[in-house]
Amino acid sequence: MAELARDDRLRQGAGISIAERPARACIDLRGDVTDARFVHAVESVTDLRPPSQGLAAASGLLASLLWLGPDEWLVVSETQASGELCARLRQALRGVHAAVTEVGDARIVYAVAGPNARDVFAKGCPLDLHPRAFRPGQCAQTLLGKVSVLIHQVGQDPAYEVYVARSFADYAWAWLVTAAGEYLDGSEGK
Amino acid sequence: MLRIACPWCGPRAEIEFSYGGEAHIALPEAADALDDAAWAQYLFMRTNPKGRHLERWVHTHGCRRWFNVVRDTASERIAAVYQPGAEPPEDAR
Amino acid sequence: MSQPNRTAAGGRIDRERPLSFRFDGRHYVGHAGDTLASALLANDVHLVARSFKYHRPRGILSMGVEEPNALVQLGQGAYTTPNMRATQVELYQGLSAQSQNRWPSLSTDVGAINDRLSALLPAGFYYKTFMWPAALWMRYERGIRRMAGLGHAPREPDPDRYERMHAHCDVLVVGAGPAGLAAALAAGRAGARVIVADDQCEAGGQLLAERFEIAGRPALAWVGATLAELQALPEVRLLRRTAINAYYDHNFLVGCEQLPGERAKELSTVPRQRLWKIRAREVVLATGAIERPLVFPDNDRPGIMLAASVRGYLNRYGVKPGTRVVIATAADDAYRTALDLAGAGASIVAVADLRAQAAGYLPQQVRSRGIEVLTGARIVGTEGRMRVDAVRVQTGASRVRALACDLLAMCGGWMPSVHLFSQSRGKLEFDAGLGAFVPGAATQAVTCAGMVRGAPSLREALAQGFQAGAAAAARCGFDRIAKIECPPTLEPEETPIDASCAFRGTPGGGKQFVDWHNDVTVADVRLAAREGYDGIEHLKRYTTAGMGVDQGKTGNLNALALLAELRGVPVLEIGTTTFRPPYQPLAFGAIAGADSGALFDPVRRTPMHGWHERHGALFEDVGQWKRPWYYPRPAESMRQAVDRECLAVRAALGILDASTLGKIDIQGPDATEFIDRIYCNSFRTLAPGRCRYGLMLRQDGMVFDDGVSARLSEHHYLMSTTTGGAARVLAWLEEWLQTEWPRLRVYCTSVSEQYAQVAIAGPRCADMLAPLTDVKLDAMPPMSVREGSVAGIPARVFRISFSGAPGYEIAVAAGRGVELWTTLMGAGERFGITPYGTEAMHVLRAEKGFIIVGQETDGTVTPLDLGLDRMVAADKFFIGKRSLARADARRTDRKQLVGLLTESPQTVLPEGTQLILEPHDFAAAPRSPVAMAGHVTSSYYSANCGRSIALALVKAGISRLGETLYAPLDGQLVKVTLTAPCFLDAQAQVRRG
Repeated sequence: MAELARDDRLRQGAGISIAERPARACIDLRGDVTDARFVHAVESVTDLRPPSQGLAAASGLLASLLWLGPDEWLVVSETQASGELCARLRQALRGVHAAVTEVGDARIVYAVAGPNARDVFAKGCPLDLHPRAFRPGQCAQTLLGKVSVLIHQVGQDPAYEVYVARSFADYAWAWLVTAAGEYLDGSEGK
Repeated sequence: MLRIACPWCGPRAEIEFSYGGEAHIALPEAADALDDAAWAQYLFMRTNPKGRHLERWVHTHGCRRWFNVVRDTASERIAAVYQPGAEPPEDAR
Repeated sequence: MSQPNRTAAGGRIDRERPLSFRFDGRHYVGHAGDTLASALLANDVHLVARSFKYHRPRGILSMGVEEPNALVQLGQGAYTTPNMRATQVELYQGLSAQSQNRWPSLSTDVGAINDRLSALLPAGFYYKTFMWPAALWMRYERGIRRMAGLGHAPREPDPDRYERMHAHCDVLVVGAGPAGLAAALAAGRAGARVIVADDQCEAGGQLLAERFEIAGRPALAWVGATLAELQALPEVRLLRRTAINAYYDHNFLVGCEQLPGERAKELSTVPRQRLWKIRAREVVLATGAIERPLVFPDNDRPGIMLAASVRGYLNRYGVKPGTRVVIATAADDAYRTALDLAGAGASIVAVADLRAQAAGYLPQQVRSRGIEVLTGARIVGTEGRMRVDAVRVQTGASRVRALACDLLAMCGGWMPSVHLFSQSRGKLEFDAGLGAFVPGAATQAVTCAGMVRGAPSLREALAQGFQAGAAAAARCGFDRIAKIECPPTLEPEETPIDASCAFRGTPGGGKQFVDWHNDVTVADVRLAAREGYDGIEHLKRYTTAGMGVDQGKTGNLNALALLAELRGVPVLEIGTTTFRPPYQPLAFGAIAGADSGALFDPVRRTPMHGWHERHGALFEDVGQWKRPWYYPRPAESMRQAVDRECLAVRAALGILDASTLGKIDIQGPDATEFIDRIYCNSFRTLAPGRCRYGLMLRQDGMVFDDGVSARLSEHHYLMSTTTGGAARVLAWLEEWLQTEWPRLRVYCTSVSEQYAQVAIAGPRCADMLAPLTDVKLDAMPPMSVREGSVAGIPARVFRISFSGAPGYEIAVAAGRGVELWTTLMGAGERFGITPYGTEAMHVLRAEKGFIIVGQETDGTVTPLDLGLDRMVAADKFFIGKRSLARADARRTDRKQLVGLLTESPQTVLPEGTQLILEPHDFAAAPRSPVAMAGHVTSSYYSANCGRSIALALVKAGISRLGETLYAPLDGQLVKVTLTAPCFLDAQAQVRRG
């Protein structure tokens, strides 16, 4: 229920914490990474070069660029206003074949952190998150339970951020809380 | 369950992908000039071999990119993945 | 609390922790570390079951996964589970189990009459007997079904929790016996990520059942040290109680972990079973072997057990299953049982060895203890009603001797557990020395080690394990391996077994069972072969050998060896039936995992869902979405509510949550060209700021999706799709862009979830909206779009309508959807604003004859069938165009969209009702075929029309307008008249605008 207060979306245990993160600017950016004008334009606004490597994320002071595909990135910022960032990107990309689309309202972000975080993901994510296979600063789109998600490892601990489509966010939350059940304090088994 | 190496995301579980049928079935340039039989041939007929098969997959729950796969339909061995529009790599022919 | 068969000391049980349990209502006591089987045997309970077909008394045959007899109903009520193998059930405090397939009790079972009637119940009995007359099959089947099966399924929903786990590793080792532990150690020391899975609660495998030594100390000391080292390696994970059940492609294996003890209580967060989905780069199968039973008359009495299992119960559980023991064998291994039992104080009556000679070290040891060893000795019969009490033995042609006993331990050698290897599509070979199948060439990255490979000794098993583990790790790039020293073992040489002795049976006498679980005897196999069912797959189906809970783990090899001999061909030529997952039974719940209840399928809700809920909406499932269906007021029926909503839209003002429609942002220099190829109608003539209804076809010319697309600027479109088609259409666009037209410079981005969208409809909608927005509504022509703000929220305003009434749709960021909605509700109050749901929306659009994809279309409907010829552009390429030119697409007798009016205006035909051309007397000729002319696709009561309306697909419908057809309904015929598919203001028809 999107409009209800989401501040109850915090669950913790000794080895796990799951919480909804405040809304942030998310912009779907499309363009040709071999086009120097495109790269330059993005860099001029975000101080970041769009990573061309799969699963890579670039993070700076203003924003992060999460790789979504060979010509697609998610520009994320917790400090910049979405509309303004969008306008600046569009301005910089004038005349370049690119697309800048606001999608911040279409995403909910959950933070999943703690020593049991990998165990929680393992219950419904086919991705190998072992430190030898997936490192801080990497991101990957995959499945969590029955929904598509974007997982971004933001910390060594490990700590992750999970991006999920707005209408699937209730399901994803219920799924995470169920999967984490055995690690949560005062687990009610819900 | 197969393990498919997405050319962009690396090896992933089959459930992240969708199958797209036989590869290298190009839309005929002058479809209007084809007779019904030739059009049906394009639209419906597939080789369905036992053994080496060139086929299309899309990384639905990943980068959403289409690519081609050389898969042995009997052993399930995947010999190669390659870009749409490209020819299969030499060693996988 | 006496346990008469429990030894004074020894075994792996915890004698300080007694556990009480019940079997068939009687109380017993066992110990922590027991299985239900070992605890029953400790209490001298051998009779535990009745057999499947003949209801013969049966006891515990084995000690592990292969058990065919001791299947029990475990637990009660919702927690009950049938067909649990007592050998695989760990004992816990308060365990309660029941025997199966008997009435009224195990010792007095009415069904045992089948055993007397067995001459009438040969293999293939059901096929032969119930074939004729065919009409009676339904009656037979009911009776057969009542007799079939063993335990009973719970009637209540499963209250337990289950979950799945995905795991990845370099090397997966299946089995934690000596070979498996050695493999894990070698791979783990090399630094590889290792998973070791074993179905027992304790590692050690066969070593738990033996008194072997490794490096001069008891073998279990080596097991302990190895486990300690493995547990200290950070990349090694040991999965106990985890049976690897399936070996799929690309080294994907699935196992089921049984969490110990009593089934989890309701609301617990700990699951009962966990399904492990393991992807391994390399697999080492150290799955061991199963002891082969011997075939002889009445070889199924309680108290007749596999010899190594008898030894295992003694050494692992401290249970001596009998005190006066006869041993029948075709291999040296059973002499260990004789030695161990004698050491524990049992009296060994004799060892009856089928082989002509028994001169090896172990037989010598047995003889030196003064135990009689009979060679060339066949068991020709057994006695004892509920438990064996005598064995009849014949040596050569000599007189038959009866040996009194309370336990008969038999051994036909070892059969490697090649099940998983075979599932991996590895080839099997027949090892004549073992008389059994062993792994041959592999087709995946898998190696085998230990008894599964036929390793003849512990020394060899360890060596194979170390080698396999090290090599597997090296293939994964972990070759910095410390020198592995295989610890020395002290083992006697064994003389070879004579496997041919195992399966032949003895002419005459009682039933000689090949497959205990399915009551298949030597006679059944002979009969099947005689009747021509002489392929292994035919044999299985005809006799049921190898089916059921145990999947023939003990019986298969004897059955096919016998068949090979009957046919006079090598065993390899007979082959095996296909090994299929699961290797061991598992709960359906484990397969479902957590995907039940609220997590069964995602429920998608719009940003305004909470408002709808609070205002009494009932919801309709549209794909995974919950959409408001209608908003009944207190005491209002559905019909009343929908009528009220429909009237409000046409008379004043309605408001609908349209957020679920798919929305795709399409931009780039070639966007127009691309969209023109996707839609069958033309978009290049659409001016920026305007919208158009588009129809999308598949390559075969059939309607695939539809929606209104807006041209936001020269190279920028916003496409809308059906709610259910959103993901499908985006995938379709990407497929064409990426694979067929990569040169088109277009980017598609889903914005379905970015926007909350609200439709307002009715003559007063502009009156309400105008004061709230800076968009000049009167300057907006129908089918146009403007950017601006509504109620202070940045918004896109579309002048479009799916109801035919004047209308606007307003899109704002999803996070502000509720704000928009409540503002509109407030502003609309004085106009009588009425929220309406999908049902009213359906009625309103049907009044205008607007189709819904998936309702008027079903994948076989072209635009021409829908009467939308004018939307099919002739002057451009579009997907599906060529198919519309096919002769079949041009047929005039295709089903075409028409309107239907029933004779009585109050009759609302059910959707799906068939239509026929001529009246037919169904009462007189209920079974005579009638030609179908079409079917109803949509049908409603329309308050605005004051009567029922319907849409239908009717053969050659367009040429039949005005004709009368008939709809059979509840035994009556309803007369319907075909009309054009528009019921309201046909003159003022503006397509969706």
